[in-house]
Amino acid sequence: MVRNITLGSRTFEIANIIVLGLLLVSCIYPLWYTFCVSISEKSAANAGLVTIFPIGFSLSSYKEIISDSLFFNAFWISIQRTVLGTSFSLLMIVLMAYPLARPKKDFKMRNTFMWILVFCMLFNGGLIPWYLTIQNYHLIDTIWALVLGGGVPVFDVILIMNFFRNLPKELNEAAVVDGAGPWSVLFRVYIPCSIPVLAAVALFISVYHWNEFFNGLVLMNTSANYPLQTYIQQLVVNIPVGTNLTPEQYKKLSELSNRTLNAAKVFIAMVPMLIVYPFLQKYFVSGIMLGAVKE
Amino acid sequence: MRKIGHQKHYYLMLLPGMVWLVMFSIVPMSGIVMAFQNFNPGAGLFKSDWVGLENFKYMFQLNDSKTVIINTLIIAVGKIALNLLVPLVFAILLNELRSLRYKKLVQTVVYLPHFLSWVIMSTIVIGIFGYYGVVNTVIGMFGFDPKLFMADAGIFRQLVIGTDVWKEFGFSAIIYLAALTGINLNLYEAAAIDGANRWQLIRHVTLPALSTTVVLLGVLSLGNVLNAGFDQVYNLYNPLVYSTGDILDTWVYRLGLQNLQYSLATAAGLFKSVISFVLIFISYRLAYRYADYTVF
Repeated sequence: MVRNITLGSRTFEIANIIVLGLLLVSCIYPLWYTFCVSISEKSAANAGLVTIFPIGFSLSSYKEIISDSLFFNAFWISIQRTVLGTSFSLLMIVLMAYPLARPKKDFKMRNTFMWILVFCMLFNGGLIPWYLTIQNYHLIDTIWALVLGGGVPVFDVILIMNFFRNLPKELNEAAVVDGAGPWSVLFRVYIPCSIPVLAAVALFISVYHWNEFFNGLVLMNTSANYPLQTYIQQLVVNIPVGTNLTPEQYKKLSELSNRTLNAAKVFIAMVPMLIVYPFLQKYFVSGIMLGAVKE
Repeated sequence: MRKIGHQKHYYLMLLPGMVWLVMFSIVPMSGIVMAFQNFNPGAGLFKSDWVGLENFKYMFQLNDSKTVIINTLIIAVGKIALNLLVPLVFAILLNELRSLRYKKLVQTVVYLPHFLSWVIMSTIVIGIFGYYGVVNTVIGMFGFDPKLFMADAGIFRQLVIGTDVWKEFGFSAIIYLAALTGINLNLYEAAAIDGANRWQLIRHVTLPALSTTVVLLGVLSLGNVLNAGFDQVYNLYNPLVYSTGDILDTWVYRLGLQNLQYSLATAAGLFKSVISFVLIFISYRLAYRYADYTVF
């Protein structure tokens, strides 16, 4: 790229580097801050003295967590729902995407099903009817409420369907000539050809399951069944709603919280995300572009 | 003949997903009738009394409904506008960087907040803006008294919009960055030879190349006008900021699942669903007409 090196241009470049550097710091600081609070001395952290570096050094919060069975329980529930939920959704997605990727002359009802799907994606009955329905199925307080709640992400079905449609037709034709039925075409040809996209979708769904707290809050009646995010939400964020709270009471509430312990829990909840992040990064850019650009 | 045989398998493949959609998406839609009933959980959908539009009339008489609709609109529109604009500026700035390594580093880090949940992010936001938070510690060093930022209705909306933009700007910029890589570098060279300075290059080459993307994203976000972000607001708000921070979704949640006013909450939810559906429908039509965008 040709650039005119002028004084103005130089100033802009330096300013640009600084601005982007500040943005970078703003995105990394919160994680660093949480980490610092979690390993600081309790008294310093509770008084809000931690800003840039940990004050003192103490692993007592982490020791406390090790003996906290509720925390591990919630962690385990989150892992279960993520694994089960992602596998379930992924299976549903490929099974739906394949027939819908057939041209209309091969599958007559394709467009009807497509409209049903799009309608379900764009319209919903709202929170209360949804909650009462799940209650009617007797799923409340079971892990299946969390697993099935994510269920069939219609948007991802459409995404994979579009990907399948753009695979060369010859793949399908060649397999059919060799005597393969729809099931073997899907599982032996289409899926092996789509591994990177399916990986991207799987990662996104698992991030959803890991981060989801609301279903855990609403569909679980006992705290022993909470997934990790709901457990943290109840512990750290929750403020009694509906009461006539005064600013003084609010201040009291902030005093009561055990900041180092909470920060340690939040930090541990972030760790799995930080571990999958490099893999995520590899795939999500292509994943997004797939949804944005077609044909 | 062979094709007909395949159709059977296609139906079979669709079956589990369709069963799920019926059970978890279509059956709940039938619950919408609650909005027109005085729903009694004991009697169920079939035996509860019909009240016509009474629930809607009652809802709009409540002062709360006006407050939450206004709050929802302000927060959602603020987010939509800034989430279009900030990532655009960010992408352009990033594109102007010379050092590719620095560019990669910035990108890697700013995408991260998008993947952390609002539960986690709220603990961090409260850690920073809370009474014992970093901001108060810092202003304390300059001799000011600590403030209850999280309980200040005057700044709650700004806080919600600001933290959302901060969490999402990096990730939202991906789509602009992709559009930027599509620009023919010859355009820059030709313009530079004609004597264009950096600002003119941005103004006449970069921005026009991004305009379609901006318009498309803007149109598609029309459906979010009533989505102010439940997860975020629910985890940040408290009764002290209801006047500016309570939104439709949090209101529906409290009405329905905490106060057990099922019919009223369903009516409020339906109000939101219908308006959003119409807006999304319009936005898809517009996107198809002006940008050739189709969902499928």
